[in-house]
Amino acid sequence: MNHLLLLLPLLIPLYGAILCLFFWRYVRVQQLIGILAQACMLIASFVLLLEVNNKGIMSTQMGSWPAPFGITIVADVFSSLMVITSSITGMAIYLYSIKGLDKARQTFGYYPVLLILQMGVSGACLTGDLFNLFVWFEVLLICCFVLIALGGTKPQLEGAIKYVTINFLASGFLLTGIGVVYGIMGSLNMAELAVLVRTPVSHPALISMAGMFFLIAFGIKSAIFPLFFWLPASYHTPPIAISAFIAGMLTKVGMYALIRLFTLIFVTDQDLTIPLLTVLAGFTMVIGVFGAASQNDFRKILSFHIVSQIGYMLMGLALFTPLAIAGSIYFIIHNILVKTNLFLISGVVAHRNGTFALKKLGGVYLQHPFLSLLFFISAFSLAGIPPFSGFWGKFMLAKAGFEIDSFVIVITSLAVSLITIFSMTKIWNEVFWKKKPESDPLLDVMADSEQQASRMMHVPIVFLVVFILFIGIYAEPVVSMAHLAAEQLLNSELYINAVLKR
Amino acid sequence: MELLLPFLIGILFSASLYLILHRHFFKLILGLILFGLATNLFLFVIGRLTRGGSAIISQSERVATEPFADPVPQALLLTAIVIGFGIQAFAIVLIKRVYQSFETTDLDDMSTTDQIEENH
Repeated sequence: MNHLLLLLPLLIPLYGAILCLFFWRYVRVQQLIGILAQACMLIASFVLLLEVNNKGIMSTQMGSWPAPFGITIVADVFSSLMVITSSITGMAIYLYSIKGLDKARQTFGYYPVLLILQMGVSGACLTGDLFNLFVWFEVLLICCFVLIALGGTKPQLEGAIKYVTINFLASGFLLTGIGVVYGIMGSLNMAELAVLVRTPVSHPALISMAGMFFLIAFGIKSAIFPLFFWLPASYHTPPIAISAFIAGMLTKVGMYALIRLFTLIFVTDQDLTIPLLTVLAGFTMVIGVFGAASQNDFRKILSFHIVSQIGYMLMGLALFTPLAIAGSIYFIIHNILVKTNLFLISGVVAHRNGTFALKKLGGVYLQHPFLSLLFFISAFSLAGIPPFSGFWGKFMLAKAGFEIDSFVIVITSLAVSLITIFSMTKIWNEVFWKKKPESDPLLDVMADSEQQASRMMHVPIVFLVVFILFIGIYAEPVVSMAHLAAEQLLNSELYINAVLKR
Repeated sequence: MELLLPFLIGILFSASLYLILHRHFFKLILGLILFGLATNLFLFVIGRLTRGGSAIISQSERVATEPFADPVPQALLLTAIVIGFGIQAFAIVLIKRVYQSFETTDLDDMSTTDQIEENH
């Protein structure tokens, strides 16, 4: 039963995608299969989270080959939190796509590709083997390539070429790093590697060199300074349904891998890694937020903010205390939900007004007060105003920083929060508050079907806002799970014992 | 021979990066392919080379006799080659589509998504 539970987040999207392929011409059927698969995913990952939360780390071996030889699937609290967040986001994206994505794209395999992408995300979070981590990343990346290029408009193709090139390079670095690790230690099982690096005979210098390969590879994938330039150049090009999922989820999976590897395996040379990560975190935050401040397009502002928030997650890893890592984990969960939601809101605004440019938008508050309220909640969560969810993440990170006297990074992070509020206020002023500049009479009169579509597009946003409010106002369960996850990450004995069954 | 391989990998890596940094599409494709080859070769060599000893256990024995080549890097390599091939195929088709719709071979013409738009 436990083994099946671990595999369900992989099997449900896989079978869903295969079923969708059988009904290639019937988009309605694909939508139905998609929704069913998402609902099952949601239930399965919720049960998995409960189970892991109660009973500790679970692991299973594919084909019953014992641990260091076979393929290991492991779920601890961190990975199950990632899986459930990805299924919540996936559900919202599906609900949005039904009306929010054009028919042409839907008929060209959007639903199966999105399901496979989700399988890749779950796989990357649940795997216990370095090489499989690479394979799962390739699975999700190739789905991203397809989704970004799907439809083939000019900006999409341009974004896709940058995205594909840089990610191909990142995968190459990752593979090289895996090669180095295997060359030094002769194993790829993460639990066994964790044992091997903690024995005194291993080679610390070579291991930290391998660690740098992983830092660069996942640094590119999660858009850490100075490797983030591809992100604002490509994330805003596809339609909102696609970019919301990619922007919300993908960089955080890279972050997940970084946190996992740098707490489990590359811990031998912390005199080097911790200052390096701290500096990178600071620059990532600052550059991202200034980049966002200079933009005048709804989606581009949000894209640059992804970079800035990656800095906070990295900061948690760089401080390397239980509280800081718990803060990081909480921040990742919060950020996936909020970022996806902000992208979806920008999509609804653009659906009604036909543009993302701040100059041309305006008056949304007057026309659609409810949508404005939803934006208000999400934007203030992002900026970290209490009692919304971003506050708790930032509070935990700042407290952890003060505890170990890392004042510079904490003050940087707090200053960045202020500029984040500035950016969100800018969107609020330009899009929701100010008068609509010149009204195009064609756009003002919406057909009934359009009105209904627009109302349908509110459903996923409300769905996400419920979760955002829940983890903000009733933060206790998620915060305690984040603490548990951080404890499991820092006591690698727990992970090793669960996998190697010692 | 074994001394030659690291240099070969180095040359492949540097040549591929040089080609990727070119602004011509075709050189980008070549660079990507060479980069894939270089990583694959690196993965193969770093798993230590043992010549003439396959890891096949003969029927009379329980374990393979030394010296035998480690089969794990070879298995990894096969997977990596297949994945790399898929991505390269996708990249080539993508670049062809880009060429068709932009009618240029110059990557410098593709900077519109980076620009700060004043009037959209």
